Amino acid sequence: MSLKLTLHTSPDVPLEAPCLNPDTLAGMTADIVAAQKVMHGNQAASVGDFFKVAGKANGTLELEGDLSRVKYIGAGMQSGILNVTGNVGQHLGAGMSGGDIRVDGDAGDWVAPEMRGGRVTITGNAGHLVGGAPRGSAIGMLGGEIIIHGNVRNETGHAMRNGLIAVGGTSGDFTGVNMLAGTIIVLGDMGNRSGAGMQRGSIVSMNPAEMLPTFTHACVYRPEFLRLLLLHIRSAGLPVNDDHIEGAYDRWCGDVVEVNRGEILLLNGA
Amino acid sequence: MSSSLRIVNGKVHDPANGIDGEIRDIYISDGRIVDASPEDAVSIDASGMVIMPGGVDIHCHIAGPKVNLARKLQPEDHRRDPHPGTPYTRSGSGGTVPSTFATGYRYSTLGYTTAMEAAVTPIGARHTLEELHDTPVIDKGFYVLLGNNIFLQNLLKEGRRDEFKQAVAWWVNSTKAFTTKLVNPGGDEPWKGKKNANVEDIDEKSTETGLSPRDIIQAFVETVNELGLPHPPHIHCNNLGHSGNYKTTLETMKTAGDLRAHIAHIQFHSYGGERGKNPTSAAREIIEYVNSHPNISCDVGQVMFGKSTIMTADAPLAYLLRGFKKGKWVNADTECESGCGIVPFSYQEHVFMHTLQWAIGLELFLMSEDPWRVLLSTDHPNGGSFMSYPKLIRLLMDREFRIEEMKKVNQKALDKTSLRDLKREYTLNEIAIITRAGPARVLSLRNKGHLGAGADADITIYDEQEDKEAMFNAPRYVIKSGKSIIHNHEFVGDHIGKLLHSTPAFDTDIEQIVQPFFEDYYSIEFANYAVSDQYLHDHEVIAGIKTL
Repeated sequence: MSLKLTLHTSPDVPLEAPCLNPDTLAGMTADIVAAQKVMHGNQAASVGDFFKVAGKANGTLELEGDLSRVKYIGAGMQSGILNVTGNVGQHLGAGMSGGDIRVDGDAGDWVAPEMRGGRVTITGNAGHLVGGAPRGSAIGMLGGEIIIHGNVRNETGHAMRNGLIAVGGTSGDFTGVNMLAGTIIVLGDMGNRSGAGMQRGSIVSMNPAEMLPTFTHACVYRPEFLRLLLLHIRSAGLPVNDDHIEGAYDRWCGDVVEVNRGEILLLNGA
Repeated sequence: MSSSLRIVNGKVHDPANGIDGEIRDIYISDGRIVDASPEDAVSIDASGMVIMPGGVDIHCHIAGPKVNLARKLQPEDHRRDPHPGTPYTRSGSGGTVPSTFATGYRYSTLGYTTAMEAAVTPIGARHTLEELHDTPVIDKGFYVLLGNNIFLQNLLKEGRRDEFKQAVAWWVNSTKAFTTKLVNPGGDEPWKGKKNANVEDIDEKSTETGLSPRDIIQAFVETVNELGLPHPPHIHCNNLGHSGNYKTTLETMKTAGDLRAHIAHIQFHSYGGERGKNPTSAAREIIEYVNSHPNISCDVGQVMFGKSTIMTADAPLAYLLRGFKKGKWVNADTECESGCGIVPFSYQEHVFMHTLQWAIGLELFLMSEDPWRVLLSTDHPNGGSFMSYPKLIRLLMDREFRIEEMKKVNQKALDKTSLRDLKREYTLNEIAIITRAGPARVLSLRNKGHLGAGADADITIYDEQEDKEAMFNAPRYVIKSGKSIIHNHEFVGDHIGKLLHSTPAFDTDIEQIVQPFFEDYYSIEFANYAVSDQYLHDHEVIAGIKTL
């Protein structure tokens, strides 16, 4: 039986719990897990003050309850499986380098900032700055995959340098702002100013989007890599249809305020 | 905690009183060191430990507008290095530019109890005083930047030397400063007025004022010696960081003649070679001049590998450095007074220039003949954080460790220096001089840097260890003004240190001369400019010595 933590008391203020990841809790019994330190606002507290702990750690960690005030779940995770039933708070999977996080619910802002590897799947919506760079840092996500079935808000993939962010619903403004490289796919609508300040990388959308004046139209073509990527995210459960896979795409180059090596691909005729 | 303490069985290093490692008892009563044991004294057994006066940092950047700008510029530094509170102390954030509270507490965890902020624009004095008040445990003061002040330069240009002197004294009083600071004297105005201009030669006359850096340096050295400030002008020479700048540094020291002058972070001013090309080490030329001229004091400004933050009033220098990294940076103009530049930086072992800087600093230390005048600093945070002092001390005290560290650096750069041939190892007493007794003497702090009767009871007690880095990293006890701050490595108390400043006498008629200039050129009213006494909080006026 895997380790299962069920929320019994909702925190009054945000609870910072970076210990809630399969690596940190590996090999611990329920008692030891319950004694792990967390920060409740500016007060030290323990996991047991908020969670009922059952089972024994075996590489899979199950969390249950409305954890929308619990921050840093799965932060620094390197391996294992983390399943959450319910919503999660900010900084889910911050700096994770491996393993698999699946959330059946919504996620707060800053999903997997500075992620280096592994995979995060959110079946609901996510907040701002998915895969972004924390304030002051020049580089966001460095690798791995973030799959979001619902919608995301602003600055998705802010300063990302590698990896994949796939969004089944819509994205807010500044999708891929300042991105250095990597790929963002948005199956729904994108907000304003997509790709602002991007250096390299690809932003893909299936709907028309308003281009910044610092982007230029290059051509219409059928990029081979995109078919592979779309098949891959379809297998992850996102609603990719055959028109997406077989369609031609308008290629826009930008952002000329930077090195102009980035691209935005919009499904032609959509 | 009792106000009386008795520290017994410790090995005392008090070079100012000629005590070198003797087992002695130290008595403390009412915040001062006393001769006889007070009756109700609480004892601390310091067997196997080394007792030194609290450290005195003569040159660092820890408070004021530019420091705050550097904090705001680098949130990533703070996120990675939180500074948790304790039941006695407040929390903060670290990195190369820690928050005010963390700065005070971190200094005290190294056994430092006094630190001098080395560059504050007059208009930033109020902000600096408020931040210093929030920098706990340590006593502190600051040097006021006057070397690029347009009003003062106009007086010099017109030959009004007495009014110049009065105005300097007025400025020191109005800002509650400790002494004057010159940064790239005469260089910031051409920089602000013309595209990328700077002065390159100490005798180059400015087209606006007709003054050369030498004219300004000479006027300040004479004036400050006449006024008898507790510390001579603190000079950041022209051409910092440029190859061949050692000639400028030598000329600056010669300009002082036999008058007292302090050369700041002299390592950055000890480069040979041709401007624009790779530098060589001119440490020998520089240190020989310092060794043979007892009127000159300096702090080394050692470079330590790792992250640093370049933070300077030398705006053209910051502009130059920003080109190497292409990261975020700040350049600012400070009204009629100064410039400012901030560049996050990192010194790396494999880089030729960085290794050369590291080696030149060590050469200066190891070839110094008078530890009382060649003092320890990293120009925090420019050459590295003050948190790297313990490692620097180990580099000076432990040749084997030095040899190990030399293996990690750029060998081509190391070949250009004499560091491999220097066998000297500092003794504990010499370390006590360059970190405590020496700075206190150069700053005329008569109650600091020693453990004689009447001295402030600022005391650090280290476990005697073979690994000097570990030893200086974690004093077992730190006592500030007679109060236990750290006991058995744990904080047991807090303390608000006092401001150290000077109040040279001046003729108040000078205000009538300064005021019209303010009304014409400043963004604030003259009446609002001088800092009122309520900003002093707890303070001590340090009397100077007239040497002219």
